[in-house]
Amino acid sequence: MSTTTYVPAQTPGSRARVKTPVVPATKGIASNTGVWVAVSAIAMSFAALTSALIVRQGSGSDWQRFVLPRILYLDTVILIASSYTLELSRKRFAASSSRPGAASKPAPDTAALRSSGLYWLNMTLTLGLLFVVGQFLAWRGLASQGLFLATSPSSSFFYVLTAMHGLHLLGGVLGLLYVGYRLRRNRPNAQTSLGTAAVYWHFVDLLWVYLLMVIAIRM
Amino acid sequence: MGKVFAVALIIITLVSVYPIIAHTWWPPPTISTTGPSVDHQMDETLIGTGILFISSQLILAGFVWAFSSGKGKIKSWPGGAGPVVAFGIVIVGLEILSLTFVGSKVWASMYMTPANEYALHIDVQAEQFAFFFRYPGPDGVFGPIHAEKISDGSGNYFGLDPANDVSARDDVVVGSLAIPVNTPILLTLHSKDMIHNFYVPELRLQQDIVPGLDIPLHFTATKAGRYEIVCTQLCGLGHYTMRAFMDVMSQSDYDSWLKQQSGD
Amino acid sequence: MSDTSANPEIHHLAPPTSFIRKHVFSLDHKVIGLQYYGLALAAVFIGMVLSWLFRIHLGWATAAIPGLQFFSPNGAPGGVITPEYYLSLLTMHGTIMVFFVLTNAPFAGFGNYFLPIQIGAEDMAFPRFNMMSFWTTFAAFLVMMAAFFVHDGPPISGWTAYATLSSVGKDAGPGEAMGQNLWAISIGLFCIGQLLGSLNFIATTLDLRTKGMSLARMPFSTWAWFITACIGLLAFADLLPACILLILDRTAGTSFFNPAGLVVSDNLQPHSGGSPLLWQHLFWFFGHPEVYIAIIPAFGIVAHILPTFMRKPLLGGTRVLVGCLIAAGFLSYMVWGHHMFVSGMNPFSALLFSVPTLIITIPFTVSTLMFLGSIYGARLRFTSASLFCLGFISVFISGGISGFFLAQPSLDTYLHATYFVVAHFHFVMAVAAIFGIFAGTYFWMPKMIGRMMNETLGKVHFWLTFIGVYCIFMPMHYLGLAGNVRRYSAFTDNYLIPLIPVHKFITVAALLTGAAQFIFFYNLFHTRFWGPKAPDNPWEATSLEWSTTSPPPFDNFGGRHMVVRQDAYEYGVEGAPTDYIMQTATDTIVEH
Repeated sequence: MSTTTYVPAQTPGSRARVKTPVVPATKGIASNTGVWVAVSAIAMSFAALTSALIVRQGSGSDWQRFVLPRILYLDTVILIASSYTLELSRKRFAASSSRPGAASKPAPDTAALRSSGLYWLNMTLTLGLLFVVGQFLAWRGLASQGLFLATSPSSSFFYVLTAMHGLHLLGGVLGLLYVGYRLRRNRPNAQTSLGTAAVYWHFVDLLWVYLLMVIAIRM
Repeated sequence: MGKVFAVALIIITLVSVYPIIAHTWWPPPTISTTGPSVDHQMDETLIGTGILFISSQLILAGFVWAFSSGKGKIKSWPGGAGPVVAFGIVIVGLEILSLTFVGSKVWASMYMTPANEYALHIDVQAEQFAFFFRYPGPDGVFGPIHAEKISDGSGNYFGLDPANDVSARDDVVVGSLAIPVNTPILLTLHSKDMIHNFYVPELRLQQDIVPGLDIPLHFTATKAGRYEIVCTQLCGLGHYTMRAFMDVMSQSDYDSWLKQQSGD
Repeated sequence: MSDTSANPEIHHLAPPTSFIRKHVFSLDHKVIGLQYYGLALAAVFIGMVLSWLFRIHLGWATAAIPGLQFFSPNGAPGGVITPEYYLSLLTMHGTIMVFFVLTNAPFAGFGNYFLPIQIGAEDMAFPRFNMMSFWTTFAAFLVMMAAFFVHDGPPISGWTAYATLSSVGKDAGPGEAMGQNLWAISIGLFCIGQLLGSLNFIATTLDLRTKGMSLARMPFSTWAWFITACIGLLAFADLLPACILLILDRTAGTSFFNPAGLVVSDNLQPHSGGSPLLWQHLFWFFGHPEVYIAIIPAFGIVAHILPTFMRKPLLGGTRVLVGCLIAAGFLSYMVWGHHMFVSGMNPFSALLFSVPTLIITIPFTVSTLMFLGSIYGARLRFTSASLFCLGFISVFISGGISGFFLAQPSLDTYLHATYFVVAHFHFVMAVAAIFGIFAGTYFWMPKMIGRMMNETLGKVHFWLTFIGVYCIFMPMHYLGLAGNVRRYSAFTDNYLIPLIPVHKFITVAALLTGAAQFIFFYNLFHTRFWGPKAPDNPWEATSLEWSTTSPPPFDNFGGRHMVVRQDAYEYGVEGAPTDYIMQTATDTIVEH
């Protein structure tokens, strides 16, 4: 491989070009980029459903408002709590792998932090599953009011939105189970995965809060 | 090979443009008051895009011919990309501005202005696979439409209930659209099943007919004759057969036609 | 080994050994790319045959097509296509071509194969998701094919599946029973496959570029795939819920799209209050970006190939063309209403939509001008690949010009749903995008399978196809001007009967051009088994894919860590000993 410097020609329109420095390889973490990409796509599909809801509400005169099952509010608290427990878990794991700090900070007790992290992770999963149970109870509550999928457009959207959200939440549960499995066995990069999964989980949480607002306002 | 490409492209360009210039296959003469403005817009667009089409294909052919030897010094476009980008933006921008400015007026005159207040109101029911037309009769009022009463089997295309609705008793329902010439017409378009479309090429207008909506469409026909109304929105297997006739006639002919229909 | 600090999760996979792992459930992006391409080949063959069938029917409405009655006894009794089967063939043609060919081949096929290589990566960011994305797409294809074999036949509502024809169920007509359900499920699965694919493309482009591969140094094709993935992410995320709502309306009695008072086949339907226009909004919000998903990779591929065969870089460099593609992608989300000018939505919105629609012609015009301006002063080399690139420029001009007409509501009032529209979208998609696929095939096949394609056959293929497509689709403009309505299975109206001879001409041209494609299929087949071995860089090209073997090894570069020191298209540099400088070359190029 020879290194040649070309004598720049003086004629105008010459093709010689400024030497640009060699940039380092990209430093981004693919799974992090990936989860934000996934989050945007999911947000977009719920945006589509929201606009469909708005159009549908305006197009017919058959929009029926109904009483929201109370359990939905409890469910919301459960989900927000699960985000909090996930953060606790993530912080414990982060602390367990941090290097010893300045002299004033003691070295981390890795094993205790890891087991505490796993504990909070399991709490998150439990709360997530409780949320899903709550959703089913809410559906039962609606059915007892005589509101089924096809009863009225508002009930249709309620079932569709909550079902879609629930499916994504269950996907998050599976993801956390997998991450938990890798953390327990101390697989490499498991903590990064936890961070990625946390982004997804918090998004699903925020998505629920958004959906609840839409449902409460429009139904 | 390059020269062959260039020649082929020139031939293709000229052959493509010929039928347009020669009007070999062309819109039928318009019979609507708004038709000429649409045709004018069409001509302007044809000329503008025709120039773009011919010049760009010929430039492509010319450049390929000129630089097909595969030898010769590499040259860059004089002046670089900047002027070309600017040219593209300006030329296209100007074309867009002029077309939009004039075109929006044409569009508005057809779809955004209200119908003449003395327009003749006719109701249109589109269904798989026919059009039906309803005239209000001497009382000037249309009877209400009852979806549950619609029955093709018994010929109740509009779902009328003359037994209970007085205004429905004198409604005239026919399978062709008869209208007097030079008279503003206001159609209200309904569909009982699929999305259909009301299109008369000579009128230079069409409108989708959407179930659940009642859509107005107005025009004035300027020449007597029989014209075809066709459906342009895919509505099922009989879509290609869905046609009705629009008969434009003199006022006196129309009056006798209507009298005859009401008498039946 | 490689720099693990940047991407700890990229597993350094050992090469697979079993047949299943190597060729079926492969994690290797190259295999997945070829699988997508193969799927697209099968799909384009089926889609083409469908078009022959219905074009024969259009020219000769009573013609009996021998053998068809065995494939579909209900649809073609005695071999004569019924009106409903015509619509089924048309629907499946459009669906298969738009989804399984035009989204698969230029984007998922070539993109999967070459994006990692062109940026110097070992594989895509998420190889397992990548594999899942292909198999999901394949499953979608199987579900779509199943629609041919259900009792009532495939759907008849067009690839656009407008409600209420698509949403009321079997009362609407034959094909609207199980066929439409399968269609909606298939498309839903397809969306999921594409979303997984887009995820991979975006993460890989952003995070897996090798040392020296700045965004500005990425080849045009990589940029195009990246932009397409971004567009697709939001577009398919909109289509998926739309399909779900459609399935619910059809099967669960909901009323998203079905209004009250529908009387179909004398049956009063139980729905109420839905809006058929809602389907159109949801569909076209996906549908318009979708057609740009179809064309932008082709633009990128042509822009990537042309400099090699002009021996000079593109006018305007990376910045102008990529800027145009980004602008087009961005604007593509604002124009969906131009499919709905006469749909019954507020006429004022027609004016609102027509403005960005006309503006979107600007980036495409500028791109075309960059292509044209680059040919000036070039040293052209005529190969099958370069001929299809030059042909692309011509057919894209032809297709784009007709867009000027349709973008104006005042003209759309005459031209909507006529053959003018059919001419427009076939030129820009079926012709231009397919030309991009052909160009990519002739250019990259030596790299992908390590054998050179036959150039003579390729050139014959080009000439027959180039002339053929003009014969097929240019006359459709004239038909549209004459007011010839589309999606008609026969022409019985008085004003249409005189146009039947034109249809006969088009049909003959279509059959002949279709026959010419067998030259291409044969060339592929022959090359695969008997083509001469391809060198690493047969075209004297510069980008990273030509810095490795043909075909590349399992990890793309044989363990080397590519360092990029040059821009992507250093052709014809003055004073240089060769007329091309590869991206990995350590030569210094100085500007004064």
